[in-house]
Amino acid sequence: MNAIDTWVARHRERAATLPGAAVPWLATRRHDAIERFAALGWPTSRLEAWRHTSLAFLEQHELAAPEAAPHPATTLAALRTGFDDGDHWLVFVDGRAEPALSVMAAVPAGVTICALSEALAHRPEAVETAFGTARDAAAPHALNLALCSDGAFVHLARGTALEHPLHLVFIGATGAADTHVRNLIVAEAGSEASIVEHHLGGGATLGTVVTRVQAAQDARVTHVKLQRQDERAIHLAQIEASQARGAHVASHSLSFGARLARNDIHTRFDGEGCEALLNGLYHVDGRRHVDHHTLIEHAHPLGTSREHYRGLVDGNARGVFAGRIIVAQDAQRTDAIQRCDNLLLSKLAEADARPELEIYADDVKCAHGATVGQIDEDALFYLRTRGVDETHARQLLTYAFAAEVIERIAQDSLRRHARATLLARLPGSALLEELL
Amino acid sequence: MNAPLSPPSAATRADALGAFLEQDYTAGFETRLETDTVPKGLSEDTIRLISARKGEPDWLLDWRLEAYRRWLTMTPPTWAAVSFPPIDFQDIVYYSAPKSKKDGPKSLDEVDPELLRTFEKLGVPLHERARLAGVAVDAVFDSVSVATTFQKELGEHGIVFCSFSEAVKTHPELVRQYLGTVVPPGDNFYAALNSAVFSDGSFVFIPKGVKCPMELSTYFRINARDTGQFERTLIVAEEGASVSYLEGCTAPMRDENQLHAAVVELIALDDAKIKYSTVQNWYPGDKDGKGGIYNFVTKRGDCRGARSRISWTQVETGSAITWKYPSVILRGDDSVGDFHSVALTNNLQQADTGTKMIHMGRNTRSTILSKGISAGRGSNTFRGMVRVTPRAEGARNYTQCDSLLIGDRCAAHTFPTIEVRHPSARVEHEATTSRIGEDQLFYAMQRGISAEDAVSMIVNGFCREVFKELPMEFAVEAQKLLGVSLEGSVG
Repeated sequence: MNAIDTWVARHRERAATLPGAAVPWLATRRHDAIERFAALGWPTSRLEAWRHTSLAFLEQHELAAPEAAPHPATTLAALRTGFDDGDHWLVFVDGRAEPALSVMAAVPAGVTICALSEALAHRPEAVETAFGTARDAAAPHALNLALCSDGAFVHLARGTALEHPLHLVFIGATGAADTHVRNLIVAEAGSEASIVEHHLGGGATLGTVVTRVQAAQDARVTHVKLQRQDERAIHLAQIEASQARGAHVASHSLSFGARLARNDIHTRFDGEGCEALLNGLYHVDGRRHVDHHTLIEHAHPLGTSREHYRGLVDGNARGVFAGRIIVAQDAQRTDAIQRCDNLLLSKLAEADARPELEIYADDVKCAHGATVGQIDEDALFYLRTRGVDETHARQLLTYAFAAEVIERIAQDSLRRHARATLLARLPGSALLEELL
Repeated sequence: MNAPLSPPSAATRADALGAFLEQDYTAGFETRLETDTVPKGLSEDTIRLISARKGEPDWLLDWRLEAYRRWLTMTPPTWAAVSFPPIDFQDIVYYSAPKSKKDGPKSLDEVDPELLRTFEKLGVPLHERARLAGVAVDAVFDSVSVATTFQKELGEHGIVFCSFSEAVKTHPELVRQYLGTVVPPGDNFYAALNSAVFSDGSFVFIPKGVKCPMELSTYFRINARDTGQFERTLIVAEEGASVSYLEGCTAPMRDENQLHAAVVELIALDDAKIKYSTVQNWYPGDKDGKGGIYNFVTKRGDCRGARSRISWTQVETGSAITWKYPSVILRGDDSVGDFHSVALTNNLQQADTGTKMIHMGRNTRSTILSKGISAGRGSNTFRGMVRVTPRAEGARNYTQCDSLLIGDRCAAHTFPTIEVRHPSARVEHEATTSRIGEDQLFYAMQRGISAEDAVSMIVNGFCREVFKELPMEFAVEAQKLLGVSLEGSVG
């Protein structure tokens, strides 16, 4: 049972042992957060933002830590192949930092990378602003604030650049039935970094993940999220970014695993000339469910945003995309394009798309498009005339459809890794690799 | 010719747009008539009173009361992107009719000449001498239908075209068979209210295999103060029948808001075609948003039969607030649904409009074409839903949804929802938002076209795809409404 009061009780039990328990501002925020969560309850389909993804079932849902799981070190070793030695690895097992597994290459002066628990223990004031509050938070994100046990804290001082990607690896092992992690990324003016979240394992657990990004003037932050959790896991995530003048934020969300995955991705332009790229791919099959809700707020003039989401929906699965672009009254000369395309691969699959434009300025160029369909018969025919049999032609076209999203990832090693991950998921991958 | 050869300055552009937008509401006059009005307020007694005034059978009264009881348990919808103070449903007159000597006019000659003049003034041909217009009209004034033309000629084809009240008396079996089968009484808050208190409207029945020889139309006029208009239209096209139906509406200029909550139900059986066109020009309120009609309407078509087709075309220029989503349920195999819409909001007008296409049958097709124009401080929202159910093999939808912004204080929103549960479905949605570009204006002016004509041309071109779906007479009216004829409005 996971009724609301069970969670309130968990907060009461854990409060004293959570990181930063002695930090007054945090204790207050955690208290407010659990109150907000208790007041809201799990969102149901009656809420517009949760219409296609009700969490009401969580009231009755049994959570369990995996009974057996590969050793995190094994998982990590497999993951690290193919990546450069210079990459940074910060590893979390069951929602807590695992320094023994983490591998940190040398970082430039001015760059701080540590576990959130560590930052809270030594310099809680450094994370106070970035930490956020539960005000206006949706229920799962409020729960995250109340219960978060760790996460990453990244601080990039003015003008610093992290050359190699920082990997944040979250492995669900046998230790917990619910995990809550919070990542804070603070990029000062002109700084630059690529941060990758890997979510793995997890059995039948519930995990909440909140990643908060603050990009100051002209900062460039690339965030890649690869979610490959076990197929019974429930993954509720939020990425919340704010961009100062001229800042550039790219978010790539690749959602492959979990029984139910929900990602709320939100970025707000707090200054002129910001740029955002929201890129996403989901592949669901079986009885699984994936939902991306994105929001780009063009609050200031001259902003540019590009959003491309693609979904492969197979089996009995359901893929949901809802993207909203808001252009405020004074955000003149905004240029926004949003697209969402879905391939339905089986009779019982369902794809839902809600591309929304909310525009209050007149000198703007905004367009959105959404499609749900199947593989183009002409393309299929073309391949068959070239001697590729139908099954493989279909697989090839499916891969090509999805790979377009991956090609937008700028960093070579990440792109290669994402491509390999996608290939491994598709049927006939061996032959596909040959054809490619 | 003294066409300017330099790009239009911001001032020229503003002038042109200003002239384009400043059109007067010409239908804003009021007709003074003796009326039979029930007191303000809503209760079961009001409903019994309305039903008694109309001499309705018991089953219909029960149906109304049932709807009223449902309505009492419901709350007004809040999801639309419109804002207005709460409506006091006890402060509305639910029934108002021009006083007549007997039960009602038996023919046009008995219709109050004042009424005829009103409709004449609005350009609605009620007199049979207007035969040339080739359109049969049912004229609804406040709560009742005052005249229906061409009934005899239509009757020869077996077509029933009369007011709803008349249909209840003359064809109760048809009304009973179809009423509420597309929009059930408890469908939504305003539909429930309408089901409880609806006063009049049109009833159309086209029998098997008949192609209606002329356009049918209803003209709705709100006249009395403090009244709400709650009309109900029911159109049934039997196997192989076809009909084109037009609807127009106006209201006097008043400082208070008036409620209009209509329900329209269309039913198309096998191979039937229904084309429903609306030019909605209710009073939009003044420049400061004072007054105007709240247009909260439920319109839905049911393609019940195979190969049936229902097409909605609407030009929405009036009303302070528009809340309306003409929809099609594509139940029959190979049925087709269309929605073509132009919605213009100016000053403080708010429109939240769009459509729902529910694909249930095999090989069903739907097209949605929406053009939204926001000017002044207007707010224009397209809200759409395309649903492909698990049985709807081969469903196909194409949606194109464009917004044009005129002025930096207006708003345009696009909220489509797509739900697909069949892998053979193809659903596409495209939307763009833009404004009239300086370069477009410059190009036209360079060729000797005045700025205001250029704006009108651009707006017209923007809406063309929808206008061409309108019957000719309406297309002309629609273009006029959008201010196409701007002759001499700029010095």
